Amino acid sequence: MTDTKTRKGTGKPEVLKPYGVSAELALELMQEMLLYRRFEEKAEEAYAIGKIGGFCHLHIGQEGACAGTLKALREDDYVISAYREHTLAIAKGVTPNAVMAELYGRIGGASGGKGGSMHIFGTHVRFMGGHGIVGAQVPLATGFAWKIKYRAEDSVAVCFMGDAAVNQGAFHESLNMASVWELPVIFVVENNQYGMGTAFDRVSTTDMQQKSAAHGVPATSVDGQDVLATYALFRELVQEVRDGAGPKFVNLETYRFRGHSMSDPVSGTYRPTEEVERRKKEDDPIVVLRDKLFAGGLLDQAGLQEMDATARKIASEAADFAENSPVPGPENLYRNVWAEVNPHGRLFFDGRRRD
Amino acid sequence: MAVMTYREALNQALREEMRRDPDVFLMGEEVAEYDGAYKVSKGLLGEFGPQRVVDSPISELGFAGLGVGAAMVGLRPVIEFMTFNFAHLALDQILNNATKLHYMSDGQFDIPIVFRGPTGAALQLAAQHSQACETYYSHAPGCKVVTPGTPADAKGLLKAAIRDDDPVIFMEGELLYNMKGEVPDDEDFVIPLGVADLKREGSDVSIITHGKMIHVALAAASKLQKDGVEADVLDLRTIRPLDMDAILATVAKTNRVVYLEEGWPYAGTGAQIVSMIQEEAFDHLDAPILRVTQADIPMPYAKNLEMLAKPSAELVVEACNKVLYR
Ligand SMILES: Cc1ncc(C[n+]2csc(CCOP(=O)(O)OP(=O)(O)O)c2C)c(N)n1
Ligand SMILES: [Mg+2]
Repeated sequence: MTDTKTRKGTGKPEVLKPYGVSAELALELMQEMLLYRRFEEKAEEAYAIGKIGGFCHLHIGQEGACAGTLKALREDDYVISAYREHTLAIAKGVTPNAVMAELYGRIGGASGGKGGSMHIFGTHVRFMGGHGIVGAQVPLATGFAWKIKYRAEDSVAVCFMGDAAVNQGAFHESLNMASVWELPVIFVVENNQYGMGTAFDRVSTTDMQQKSAAHGVPATSVDGQDVLATYALFRELVQEVRDGAGPKFVNLETYRFRGHSMSDPVSGTYRPTEEVERRKKEDDPIVVLRDKLFAGGLLDQAGLQEMDATARKIASEAADFAENSPVPGPENLYRNVWAEVNPHGRLFFDGRRRD
Repeated sequence: MAVMTYREALNQALREEMRRDPDVFLMGEEVAEYDGAYKVSKGLLGEFGPQRVVDSPISELGFAGLGVGAAMVGLRPVIEFMTFNFAHLALDQILNNATKLHYMSDGQFDIPIVFRGPTGAALQLAAQHSQACETYYSHAPGCKVVTPGTPADAKGLLKAAIRDDDPVIFMEGELLYNMKGEVPDDEDFVIPLGVADLKREGSDVSIITHGKMIHVALAAASKLQKDGVEADVLDLRTIRPLDMDAILATVAKTNRVVYLEEGWPYAGTGAQIVSMIQEEAFDHLDAPILRVTQADIPMPYAKNLEMLAKPSAELVVEACNKVLYR
């Protein structure tokens, strides 16, 4: 969001000092996190009344990880993620309208209604999706980094994945290649501690921080609920990678406040309700930043409410846009299966009419 | 007979076979503490413990291969894929190892393993999560492919699959799990692989199909009946071994065939079956055989497009009318 109002601090702006962050930037992060929260709540609402179908994985609780990381990137940097990607797409520059319309399966959606919640793409802003197969985006990010180096560019590829993805072969193969060829890629685990109903320590005997060691890829851990710390780390890492340092690995510690997807329980046998309640109370990235901004006198309750109103407005406008966007007409069914329809030979075999 | 869901029928089959043979174990993502992503393994951890009901990391290639290795040395693994879309990651272990080791070693190893999970499209899960995967496996000699469409078939065929000494690809359906039906209680209720089942009798046209498509075929048959057309609905139940006798019998009876499958047409199961029919029953045919399949595209997310892409009862009726020259 670019229209964030800056409030000149009257209190103790030194709360931001350790992070080297300006008041203006801190307030922008606040506005963005509020938008991500309200956007996902809107999606949740729309799912409940059947406007959105299929699987829908919300990012609620992980807004700090999203905002802090993406804030450190340039427009020409590449971002790719798994299926919990709505707000990452927005952060990279896909409009909230286009993301919501995609969730609704409408023609105005980021992927023309063909992808849905798990497959949001925005190549114009280098948001590279939206992927449904756990770990399968990691080699793709490595390929983006290969191209950057191949063409001697100075952008960076950032690859998000869940904690469960590090147990896939694709993860290890990718880190090894990125390391061998010194590729400009940052592998970021949004470590919310669970892959569906499986706690990370049930499927790994080593800590996340160690996962890249065998491949010689330097690792850093950061508290993803602290958006300022996340931003400060990425500002540094991105610059290093841009300057040719080779790949990096980040263990971004976070927590999801909702169930794995809309059809899964928030808590249950795999994590106690008290744990979720405690984390929501103590580790909400929006509250963590709010407290800092209040303490620093950089924001007050009225200011926060104003920002929140802005966030809600954008989210509900996105829902209105989605609602009013038409469903894709049948002429879209056979469109874009191939990029090139060859003049010779038959491509389609279903014997159906395609006009 | 008891009435139960497809899910419960599978659960019962697993439970009975695990009681019967201590070498049978179940491994896969979320199968133990979470009772399975689709609750097929509900309660099995409690009865058999964590050594025999095992939650795996998200490492499809790894745990599929572990299963093949365990089968080489005498265990009888049941490997659950959360869905067969994710089994694509394990194709190397299934196609390069499981289906070939018995032959390459000239019979020194048996590979008695079952790979099971849902295949095909559910509702609005988009391209990567909506694939009918039968033909990837039926293409390869060395494994068997089973696709039950009712609770009774699910139980009887899963028991047969677990007892079979070869790799068996056992394909269920997300949209079938809640379906109810009568299931024999008998602990030795086993349906042999390779025996098709006539799900409906008629003499005007044959609809040959398998898996969850039998329900689309039956819906089409009811529509046709209103027009005075009686369809035979032949459920293949297993794609390999394939009950050619049953196929030839229905062809000889109706002389007109529509093949219905959930997946894509190119080299689909239908391509093989149509070829076999024209080779072995050419003289019985009164019309070219038509196939009804998914539109030849990756599955789109939008509800209206998805509906257009899936094979439907309407398309089957249309195809039946064509082969009947109506
Ligand atoms: C290869 C593959 N296997 C299984 C699944 C089913 N699945 C979807 S999400 C998920 C859990 C992933 O957890 P994690 O990587 O920690 O990401 P989070 O959902 O926590 O963001 C599983 C098992 C899948 N999509 N792809
Ligand atoms: Mg996770």
